[in-house]
Amino acid sequence: MNRGLDGGSQTVVAISDVGKTFQAGTTALSGIDLEIGKREFVSLIGPSGCGKSTLLRIIGDLIEPSTGSVLVNGKTANQARRDHDYGIVFQEAVLYDWRTVARNISLPLELAGWDRRRRSARVGEMLELVELTGFGDHHPWQLSGGMQQRVAIARALSFDPSLLLMDEPFGALDEMTRERLNLELLRIWEASGSTIVFVTHSIAEAVFLSTRVIVMSARPGRISRVVPIDLPQPRRASSRENPRFFEYVTEIREALHLGADLDRQVAAADEEVRAQ
Amino acid sequence: MSSVQPTAIQPRRPGLLANRIGRRVWDWLPALVVLAVIFAAWQESIDLFHIKKFLAPQPTTIASTFWTDRGQLLRAGWFTFQEALGGYAIGCGLALVVGLVLARWRGLGRALLPYAIAANAIPIIAFAPIADAWFSPFSKTSKMVIAAVLCFFPVLVNTLRGLTSVRPSSIELMRSYAAGEVEIFRRVRIPSALPFVFTALKISSVLAMIGAIVGEYFGGDFNALGVLINSKSSTFDFKEAWAGIAVACAFGIAFYLAVALVERLSLRWVPSTSE
Repeated sequence: MNRGLDGGSQTVVAISDVGKTFQAGTTALSGIDLEIGKREFVSLIGPSGCGKSTLLRIIGDLIEPSTGSVLVNGKTANQARRDHDYGIVFQEAVLYDWRTVARNISLPLELAGWDRRRRSARVGEMLELVELTGFGDHHPWQLSGGMQQRVAIARALSFDPSLLLMDEPFGALDEMTRERLNLELLRIWEASGSTIVFVTHSIAEAVFLSTRVIVMSARPGRISRVVPIDLPQPRRASSRENPRFFEYVTEIREALHLGADLDRQVAAADEEVRAQ
Repeated sequence: MSSVQPTAIQPRRPGLLANRIGRRVWDWLPALVVLAVIFAAWQESIDLFHIKKFLAPQPTTIASTFWTDRGQLLRAGWFTFQEALGGYAIGCGLALVVGLVLARWRGLGRALLPYAIAANAIPIIAFAPIADAWFSPFSKTSKMVIAAVLCFFPVLVNTLRGLTSVRPSSIELMRSYAAGEVEIFRRVRIPSALPFVFTALKISSVLAMIGAIVGEYFGGDFNALGVLINSKSSTFDFKEAWAGIAVACAFGIAFYLAVALVERLSLRWVPSTSE
């Protein structure tokens, strides 16, 4: 694997033969094998119900896989969570209203036992990183949706986790804000040196951000295609106009449709079996 | 990305004191007008319809009765308020602890909550003489128990509701920081339950005063407000009884406002309560 920013080959996430069947009997994932190298930016894309969020939560030890194993930095996912190895950003900012912006960002630091002086220095740095200096004393509900999401990113990065897990972080934002935050996320990624796993519905977003796009299909959720994105780094707004960008978008769209067709065939076969 | 100037919604700055008082008076004006209209209608209709004045005394009569006997009435009110406060502390305190325990161990909640609901269905008027018998009618304890029973349920239900209706992603986020159950309660569940809890604490403040007075109806210290209202009613001294009721209301409202003030101060972060 040679796709990270540094071209590093150190493995951060090693997923082997992971499957997940929920209690209700639905198989969300089956036979997932994936390795993610240091400093990679990997996007998971696929139709609703393909298990991409579930996979993200399994990497983050928020859900247990039914089969297979996940290693993060060579440790079990559970150990990695205890070691504060990853930061997480959801679609909603999930900020705590009773805490100011600054205290939201310092929450993981408090839990990791940092002292007050180190915390406040770090919060200052993070506010600067997401360009919210001056907003530390605001409450989350005083900020716009895009600003809230930037606070969430600052909070996830505050303790310098080696792995950042993002579950459609910009899905609830308007297109303009989204494109701006995409650029900002890339800047932060370059500056912070972390590895990012990013779940999205948007093909263009996945191509623009990622070093590698994992296309998933549903029923059961599985990896149907892996597309390395070989656009020049660092990406700029103009990268979206690069002809190669469109080629990648087309390739991924076709892979997604292929997956959907396959779904339909499987469903049809199921019907036939049931009819007999 | 260049919004380095704080351009978000700024909290409204507190204006001059006079402005703030002016605004407050303006907020309360409709309620005050309604109050004045009710009192005027009451006052006039007693004369207009020739209602017997000893049965339905006019507001001015009640006011002058209060003023004449203010020492005794306020002493009685204070006495009863102490019972209410004691019962409030016991009932609410217990409900908060039980709420925390039931939220932490949900299985226990499923086993115990039906009984809490059943306990809430006990008619308090039937329970009052029993509590008096258990703890001597002349003690403050018996009234505190009655007030506590009334306060317990609303606080328990709201606490439980507040502690358990936290967005799952809030909890997942805490788990991603390797936070344990205690930390999750301390830093997420409890703060997000506070608005629910304060709602119940406000309801209970009034209930506690009612509970103490109901308890006193079945016997109590001569200094107690409920005993006073009861004895004045039974001797047809209704203007004294009304004055007593007014004192009970005043203490109940003052208690409510005190709790509401504490709520305002502790929940400055809630968008709707901050100014």
